[in-house]
Amino acid sequence: MRKFAYTVAVGILLSGCAQYSQANEFVHIPSGEFRSVIPEDEGDNLVAVTDFLLQEAPVTNGEFLQFVLHNPNWQRGTAVSLFVDDQYLSSWAGPISLGSKARAQQPVTQVSWFAANAYCESQNARLPSWYEWEYVAAADDSEPDAREQPEWRQKILSWYSKTGGDALADVRSSPANYYQVFDAHGLVWEWVDDFNAFLVSGDNREQGGADQLQFCGAGAITMEEKENYAVLMRVAMLSALEARYTTRNVGFRCARQSELMQ
Amino acid sequence: MKRKCLAVMMLLAASIAHSSAENSLPPDSVYQLQVSLEDQRGEISGLDRYKGQPVLITMFYASCPHVCPMLVSTIKLTESKLSEEDRADLRVLTISIDPERDTPEKLLETMERHSVDANRWSMVRPEPGDLRTIAGVFGVRYKQLPDGQFNHTTRIILLDRDGIQVTSTESLGRHDPEFLQAIEELLH
Repeated sequence: MRKFAYTVAVGILLSGCAQYSQANEFVHIPSGEFRSVIPEDEGDNLVAVTDFLLQEAPVTNGEFLQFVLHNPNWQRGTAVSLFVDDQYLSSWAGPISLGSKARAQQPVTQVSWFAANAYCESQNARLPSWYEWEYVAAADDSEPDAREQPEWRQKILSWYSKTGGDALADVRSSPANYYQVFDAHGLVWEWVDDFNAFLVSGDNREQGGADQLQFCGAGAITMEEKENYAVLMRVAMLSALEARYTTRNVGFRCARQSELMQ
Repeated sequence: MKRKCLAVMMLLAASIAHSSAENSLPPDSVYQLQVSLEDQRGEISGLDRYKGQPVLITMFYASCPHVCPMLVSTIKLTESKLSEEDRADLRVLTISIDPERDTPEKLLETMERHSVDANRWSMVRPEPGDLRTIAGVFGVRYKQLPDGQFNHTTRIILLDRDGIQVTSTESLGRHDPEFLQAIEELLH
């Protein structure tokens, strides 16, 4: 019944959007605890995540095009510079056309946090929190937390080591993970709601790299997961962004509260 | 605190300003952002309550034991370097990152404790769902800790009369000469 309700909701949202064939469904992520690279408190990095819904794939160019068609204020050239920088959607051919360099099924990038946030709101959703994202991204295709496995790490690190010059693949080109979520790794980096919760001084970032990230005040991140560079690189990247920045590697997906949680 | 209800999130996103053709504000003015702020008297206004005058903005929380009192005293110290005439034209807006606890009563008490000029200063709390957006506009980073305290960056931002961010400082406990000079240039 619940699944049915989601399907109907997604179906309503997508009605009239003929540009892309596959709905970006919200999948249910069950509650759980995991060890985050960003502890909530000193000495204890066990974090509880309440069940929620997450879009199975990053938002695509095609989906974002529909959004700007219905929300002209977010079109390139119209969106105000308080909320987007001058590279906003610059790979598109025009404000309301993708052109040949941006396929409809590629993940949308060059979107600011403000724009991502506005998109999710238009879907009656929100951006996931960092902990929600990190929790889901810990999975491989068969288990919820594969981070101890060398193969998992190697696979992600090999993605990071690729040069950024290649065109992005379409979403869902790789198999889904344990939660039936696609492209948590290997395609784009993603905005999270609380991207500006990482307090990292510029000096530390420049001097020490990921293992010397520090919070002002409450001490350094305790590196229980020190070897987990793959995730720490995300933290370092997010901590370097301002909310209006857009880059070629950063996209997003939306989340919702689970209807189970009342 | 991690659990934010959907309604709150919808408020957040809905509050992002959608500028329109008749919008005469500069595109990079922070007054493009439509939010609702409650001040120490319980009165509601937008971010633009001091539009037309130079404003210093910072984000803080009233129960903060160390850093936030220093933020307030740094602004007071900076103000004290201005001529009386200049100072009369400057406004100060401090925005709480702890709106659940920083009630108008608490904010008023904080203003009185610091003996700030209530004719030129306001302490306000936003809707909880607007906090990340406001912090995003001002480049402030914050994180709530399990004990209810916050880690946050201590940025003081100078807005011009149209709400454009001219410059900012993270200098604490002393006045930043370059920042002071930027204020004086705006006031003259």
